[in-house]
Amino acid sequence: MTSATLRHAGWILRGNPLTAVAAVGVFLLALIAIFGPWIVPYDPIASNVSQALMPPSAAHIAGTDQLGRDVFSRLIVAARLDLAIAVSAVGISFAIGAVIGAICGYTGGRLDRGVGRFVDVVMAFPLFVLAMAMVAALGNRVENIVIATAIINLPFYIRFARAEVNVRRNVGWVEAARACGDSHLSVVLRFLLPNVLPAMAVQISLNLGWAILNAAGLSFIGLGVKPPTPEWGIMVAEGARFISTGKWWLVAFPGLALMLTVLCFNLLGDGVRDILDPRMRT
Amino acid sequence: MPALGATVIRAGRRFLSSLPALFGVLVFTFLLMRVLPGDPAVFFASGPNAGKEEIEIIRKQMGLNKPVPEQLMLYLYDVGSGNLGRSMMTGQLVTKDLRERLPASLELTFTALLIALVTAVPLGVLAALRPGSIIDHGVRFFCALGVCVPTFVSGLLLIYVFYYLLGLAPDPTGRVDIFASLPPRRTGFLLIDFLFAGDFDGWWAAFRQLILPALSMALFVVAPLARITRASMLVSLGSDFVRTARSVGLPWWRVVVTYALRNAILPVITIAGIVFSTMLGANVLVEKVFSWPGVASYALDALLSSDYAPVQGFVLLMATVFVIVNLLVDILYGIADPRVTIG
Amino acid sequence: MTQSLLALNDLHVTFSTRRGLVEAVRGVTLSLGEGEMLGLVGESGSGKSVTGFAITRLLDAAGRVTAGDIRFRGQEITRISAGDFRHLHGAAMAMIFQNPRAALNPIRAVGDQIADAITAHKRMPRDQARAQALELLRAVQIRDAEKRMAAYPHELSGGMCQRVMIAMAISCNPALLIADEPTTGLDVTTQKVVMDLLTGIAAERGMATILITHDLGLAARYCRRVVVMEQGRLVEEAEPKTLFHAPQHPYTKRLVAASPTASSRIADLVPEEERGRQFAAPVAPRPQPAPGTPPLLEVQKLAKRFDQGAAAVADFSMTISAGESVGLVGESGSGKSTTSRIICRLIDPSEGEIAFEGQSIGHIPARDFHRSLFRKDIQIVFQDPNDSLNPRFTAFDCIAHPLLRLGGMRPGDALRQRVEECAQRVGLGIELLTRFPHQLSGGQKARIGIARAIACRPRLLVLDEPTAALDVSVQAVVLQLLDRLRREDDLAFLFVSHDLNVVRMMCDRTIVLQNGRIVEQGESRTMFDNPKTAYTRELVDAVPHIEPGLAAFAT
Repeated sequence: MTSATLRHAGWILRGNPLTAVAAVGVFLLALIAIFGPWIVPYDPIASNVSQALMPPSAAHIAGTDQLGRDVFSRLIVAARLDLAIAVSAVGISFAIGAVIGAICGYTGGRLDRGVGRFVDVVMAFPLFVLAMAMVAALGNRVENIVIATAIINLPFYIRFARAEVNVRRNVGWVEAARACGDSHLSVVLRFLLPNVLPAMAVQISLNLGWAILNAAGLSFIGLGVKPPTPEWGIMVAEGARFISTGKWWLVAFPGLALMLTVLCFNLLGDGVRDILDPRMRT
Repeated sequence: MPALGATVIRAGRRFLSSLPALFGVLVFTFLLMRVLPGDPAVFFASGPNAGKEEIEIIRKQMGLNKPVPEQLMLYLYDVGSGNLGRSMMTGQLVTKDLRERLPASLELTFTALLIALVTAVPLGVLAALRPGSIIDHGVRFFCALGVCVPTFVSGLLLIYVFYYLLGLAPDPTGRVDIFASLPPRRTGFLLIDFLFAGDFDGWWAAFRQLILPALSMALFVVAPLARITRASMLVSLGSDFVRTARSVGLPWWRVVVTYALRNAILPVITIAGIVFSTMLGANVLVEKVFSWPGVASYALDALLSSDYAPVQGFVLLMATVFVIVNLLVDILYGIADPRVTIG
Repeated sequence: MTQSLLALNDLHVTFSTRRGLVEAVRGVTLSLGEGEMLGLVGESGSGKSVTGFAITRLLDAAGRVTAGDIRFRGQEITRISAGDFRHLHGAAMAMIFQNPRAALNPIRAVGDQIADAITAHKRMPRDQARAQALELLRAVQIRDAEKRMAAYPHELSGGMCQRVMIAMAISCNPALLIADEPTTGLDVTTQKVVMDLLTGIAAERGMATILITHDLGLAARYCRRVVVMEQGRLVEEAEPKTLFHAPQHPYTKRLVAASPTASSRIADLVPEEERGRQFAAPVAPRPQPAPGTPPLLEVQKLAKRFDQGAAAVADFSMTISAGESVGLVGESGSGKSTTSRIICRLIDPSEGEIAFEGQSIGHIPARDFHRSLFRKDIQIVFQDPNDSLNPRFTAFDCIAHPLLRLGGMRPGDALRQRVEECAQRVGLGIELLTRFPHQLSGGQKARIGIARAIACRPRLLVLDEPTAALDVSVQAVVLQLLDRLRREDDLAFLFVSHDLNVVRMMCDRTIVLQNGRIVEQGESRTMFDNPKTAYTRELVDAVPHIEPGLAAFAT
């Protein structure tokens, strides 16, 4: 990072303080995910039927659920699992997708067209349905949620890396690297990938939000994580039974947690994009 | 008109090229469902203690004792001849189940898409016309929030507000009140069937049932649509050809509508196709929240009880719907953009 | 002098950018009579286009007229309402833009776009507007005008699009036409046709015209009066003849000297007062190669076909001796870039032989050529300095890269010394070596590109339009630099360019390409003074020469 980049980042942050807020939010989330289990006021799994379905109060700031468990404690503890699923899924698909995409975008030709068409088809497919089917088939476990989420994220990375590399493959400095004695592989790995990484960082941030929603959606319909493990999607699913009788806090608080998390990642992604490329500001 | 002909040819070619994908989906689901998980026959036997003979009989009944490629060929043959198998849960033919439930899902999805488009496009255009204004910030804020709220949460909160607190919405289960009489089935779309039957009370009741699930689904997709409208409208408004239009003194509305908006709508069409398929996925969540008797909730129930045939049928159905929708998008795009005929 | 149609008085235009306010135009005063043709000349950043956009009120949202006024037919127009200005747009003043294809609505038939421009100011039925649009298309000499009415911009060539743009601009007979680089990006032959058409129509209909251009020659050929701008200010205003023969302002002097003409030499590119510093003693004439030694490069019957379609290059044969400079000229699509990349072994030919110093290198696939010993002997300088440097490399990394890869050097003091030496040879300050490309000017980036190419002491340098993206004053310096390096290192050049004046100066021999085939070749000056083929003659005639006689004819 040069000082000019930092200055530019500072300029953007002043014009867009939301990005700074989002960055702080993501940092806090990470802290909660790491230290959550040690800072919660109640045991997130211990039930206490006498305290069941209590609305938010001083003792239980987010109320209690049907088994009398403290909703707030469960929310905090769940952060680790939700983030872990999203981060590992996005990490896997990024690592694989970026390399496949970059190679396809650089080589062009038949391989590229084939992969491109495949990716287009998969992307246009209802991906949530696909994830659902995969989790059901691979087995109803958390690892499989990660795998399914990674697979349905993959096309986005392939497509993105492919497009980014494709616009650069005939650029002067790529040809110059060839003229300076670099092989094709080295051009892709040492020249093109580093240049598309910043743009991909934006994609990662935006995708993390999406991955969290997907994972929560899967556990909401009963796939992946099982009760009594605290997880935001399951908490909403359990609370759903009581919404018609007005127990709003069982849905609202996990919903809020999901929303804020995704919001932070999205705002951060947008902000990073602005920092990297002011022209793309939308 | 040669342009239209070219569009049809292009759409036809795209359709053909998506057939292998359709086939791929079929094989993919088959493999996922049959090969990877544990023995489903055990599940369908009376219980974990079921005898070996009993399991064997079930295996034979399900064709599980044959080699996998043969099972696949049999399955493909069945699909080709319109036989998607029988659901273990309902005991009915999967095709029959799906046919009964598909209109419910489509009615919901189309209504939601309509709501989303009607809201998103004007919002995006307004925001782009005054970048940096209060409207613009409002739209951007709304977009940022909209994509963050999961459909199942917004659905539940809508129920809480409109059913529990305000009492405006009916009991959030199903398409009609269980005691209401259904109109004679023509399209399966209740809003249309009630109109045919001239039953306006029934129409209103069905509409009230529909509006909350449709809204919660629409909320989720308004954001991407408004966002892309705003972005492409901004690009359009900043383009050279809009400057040209201004330089020859075209009236303001003409510059905005004929020059900027018509160009800006092209990416919106493409995104609308992707949004539609996202909505097909979101159907699973919304139908569960509102106990909507659609294909997605049917497949979900089947999936949770390892009932293969309905799930395969559902995925295949979704693939077909998505192929048809993409075809429509292609044709629309071809009509809207003269340049695609060269591709 | 005729009555003044347009008068700018101390015009200032400011843009608000992230680095604060930037004044693009700083006090421009000029006037234009009815029917007059004025050339507004300047290099990039001179504020010439901004002035044009300020007059027609088409500035970006970030730009504002901060001081001064613009009078059009005596009326002050910087403060009138947008609604009132709309009635001036098109009806009283119209603009023609650079990049005509982007300037037209891509999804509306061109006939409809012209009809839109007509009905913007005249109430008439659509049929009548379309009939008038058709007449306008005929007026701008579009063949098959009836058929073209329904065409979309992507179906027309760049030159055709510019004619459509002209038709739109003149549709309501405005009194003032502002043409912003109307022919930049078009081929020379098209350029001439479009400019002739534009000036013809303007003269015929009595429209005053401001021609905004970076090309002094173009302005001199078509305008009676030329105004030179530098950094937002007017520096000189004169008739072309005076401007070329007795420029007053130092900037104009430099600009005039730097603009290559048919007779200029490399040494002439810098004004007389400033010469001497860069050009020292003449280099001794090149010794003739011993008879019997193979030429440095010999290409036999080269051909290249891409996946589908016609051959990009066919039956191309040539030789280059050591230290010789050979030009390759042609219009866009002539195959000159493809040829240069094949010779540089970045892409594979479909057929043909390439021999370097008698050894065949054509059969080595481009994929593996980076391992060949000849890789360091053949290097290339790219067209656009902006995209020929890796944005994540510093200037030092860029120059060091070939030394590490091909020169067998390791990071350390020796490398540093060598890179600094290369930088010095191309006149790049050592202190600039730590900078990234976006912190450098176009000319500095061009120097880095050249330093990188010569770092490993190649024998043959392929130059792919090395100065096409540079301002003329920077081009002059870069051309001198290249010529000096060639003499010092006894380098051979394959100089690819569309600019005949540059090639004439830089190259001993020139090859003219058209549609992938050699049309004519020969000793540069002889060939251009006496072209043998019609195509070469057309190319030569299309170049806007700065010839006093022509300017006088225009008066």
